Amino acid sequence: MKTLVLVEHDNAVVKDATLATVTAAAKLGEVHLLVAGKGCRAVADAAAKIAGVGKVHLADDGAYEHQLAENVAPLVAGLMEHHDAFLAPATTTGKNIAPRVAALLDVMQVSEIIAVEGERTFKRPIYAGNAIATVESTDPKLVITVRGTAFDKAAAEGGSGSIEEVSGPGDAGLSSFVSLDAEASERPELTSARVIVSGGRALKDGETFQQLIIPLADKLNAAVGASRAAVDAGYVPNDYQVGQTGKIVAPEVYIAVGISGAIQHLAGMKDSKVIVAINKDEDAPIFQVADIGLVADLFQAVPELTAKL
Amino acid sequence: MKILVPVKRVIDYNVRPRVKPDGSGVDLANVKMSMNPFDEIAVEEAIRLREKGAATEIVAVSIGPAKAQETLRTALAMGADRAILVQCDDEVEPLAVAKILKGVVEEEQPGMVLMGKQAIDDDSNQTGQMLAALLGRPQGTFASKVEIEGDHVSVTREVDGGLETVRLAMPAVVTADLRLNEPRYASLPNIMKAKSKPLANKTPADYGVDTTPRLRVTHVGEPPVRQAGQKVGSVDELVEKLKALGVA
Ligand SMILES: Cc1cc2nc3c(=O)[nH]c(=O)nc-3n(C[C@H](O)[C@H](O)[C@H](O)COP(=O)(O)OP(=O)(O)OC[C@H]3O[C@@H](n4cnc5c(N)ncnc54)[C@H](O)[C@@H]3O)c2cc1C
Repeated sequence: MKTLVLVEHDNAVVKDATLATVTAAAKLGEVHLLVAGKGCRAVADAAAKIAGVGKVHLADDGAYEHQLAENVAPLVAGLMEHHDAFLAPATTTGKNIAPRVAALLDVMQVSEIIAVEGERTFKRPIYAGNAIATVESTDPKLVITVRGTAFDKAAAEGGSGSIEEVSGPGDAGLSSFVSLDAEASERPELTSARVIVSGGRALKDGETFQQLIIPLADKLNAAVGASRAAVDAGYVPNDYQVGQTGKIVAPEVYIAVGISGAIQHLAGMKDSKVIVAINKDEDAPIFQVADIGLVADLFQAVPELTAKL
Repeated sequence: MKILVPVKRVIDYNVRPRVKPDGSGVDLANVKMSMNPFDEIAVEEAIRLREKGAATEIVAVSIGPAKAQETLRTALAMGADRAILVQCDDEVEPLAVAKILKGVVEEEQPGMVLMGKQAIDDDSNQTGQMLAALLGRPQGTFASKVEIEGDHVSVTREVDGGLETVRLAMPAVVTADLRLNEPRYASLPNIMKAKSKPLANKTPADYGVDTTPRLRVTHVGEPPVRQAGQKVGSVDELVEKLKALGVA
């Protein structure tokens, strides 16, 4: 089987989410990549070095600069004439583009796979991860999004793929990019951090969140996450949210501070290796999944913990 | 402008789903069902656009079993003007739903389709994008802000890196994320009024759509269960544990 993997990038570097997707694709067959962007030659050069990659298709055009689905999907659909499976990371970019490709190909997408069971058989979580479905596609082509935490990352070095320039239909004239409001941060990224400290509604406000969670995260060189309640209340920006509708994470250690453990939150972090919970309510559901629990008032426990680390 | 709002009847988000022992699916017998939370947000946004004068009519549509009527009545009680039930007793996959919705769009000619970004049962996150593709129209997915500017709509999207704003030519498909708004509760008088609002009955055949599934679900099982671990008695003990894990 010949697969085509969508490379996630910012026109400068390959994002980590791509590497797990390459691992999933390699289980199906030959791996080709697509780098669609503008001025993204360096991305294609880096992508060609990913272990196990055969060919890198490079579509360098202003229409692809911001990954607009209206422009990228027809390009992918065209390339799918020569491929059997399209795989994208289950990031917001992949989730935006892949279903549009699937509909253009008249294929039913398999979303967020966590295992490859056979040539056309996959496992995927449903009901916020409370059930795992095994599904077999009967479509002639496959369109798949891949959950990054479920597959090892392919080695970023060691491959020697060739680069082929391709062009697609370009700008569909339906949509345009206006702006990206992103917070620059020196912290490890949530989806690739070894340790995550997450804060919930109990943190009271943005200032308290900053005063308590950030110093603890600094001590542990951790990424910072949050529950939906903390994001909704404006303590931190939306991209901190962990859960069914936020980011899916699986660090070595996940520390939940003042988070109750609603199923929608658990959906995003219950594959962490070790879960630590600090909560003043000993019956909080988070303790049912926590490996290490501390029943305590976070306003005392967190500063003490930070000081003693 | 007319807004079409697709809504799905799903397990209530407060219910913990139980897998059937025979591995055939999730047990939905005697389980509380509700409108998919993201669809509620979409209905609310449509109503707010009408309140602002940007929309004139809101049509709710559901593809599902006869009981999905209740979901449509909820949408009508919140403020939708009329409803369409495309009755389908078996599960319909996102691709087939998108094809049926395409038929509804061709009939109704809305200026915008506003829908939830995903359903909390199958968690597919596909239907809006597929509908936009089939219609050849733009998509504003994971929306946290929607502003109509003449014949364009500006959509702020919740993306992994922060918030992205795109400008789409209308008609457009917009999918709602959690922070777009907080849906209202229907008042008792509005629930009563909703009972007499028009609800049309259709079938997939009316739109010429074959709903045969493309994915065969061979097994539905429990996820690996996590056991609760130990509680520690003090911060000092927690520090010890973190050190033993090699993270501190
Ligand atoms: C469709 C849908 C999707 C959702 N998606 C997500 C998602 O992706 N991610 C997500 O997180 N949620 C999601 N939610 C929301 C989820 O259901 C919960 O509402 C949310 O996770 C609760 O956040 P929380 O634990 O911070 O707040 P709460 O549930 O209010 O919990 C606060 C906790 O803090 C503890 N506490 C209070 N004071 C102290 C103190 N002084 N010291 C120590 N502990 C204290 C309390 O005991 C409590 O357990 C979703 C909901 C819906 C309907």
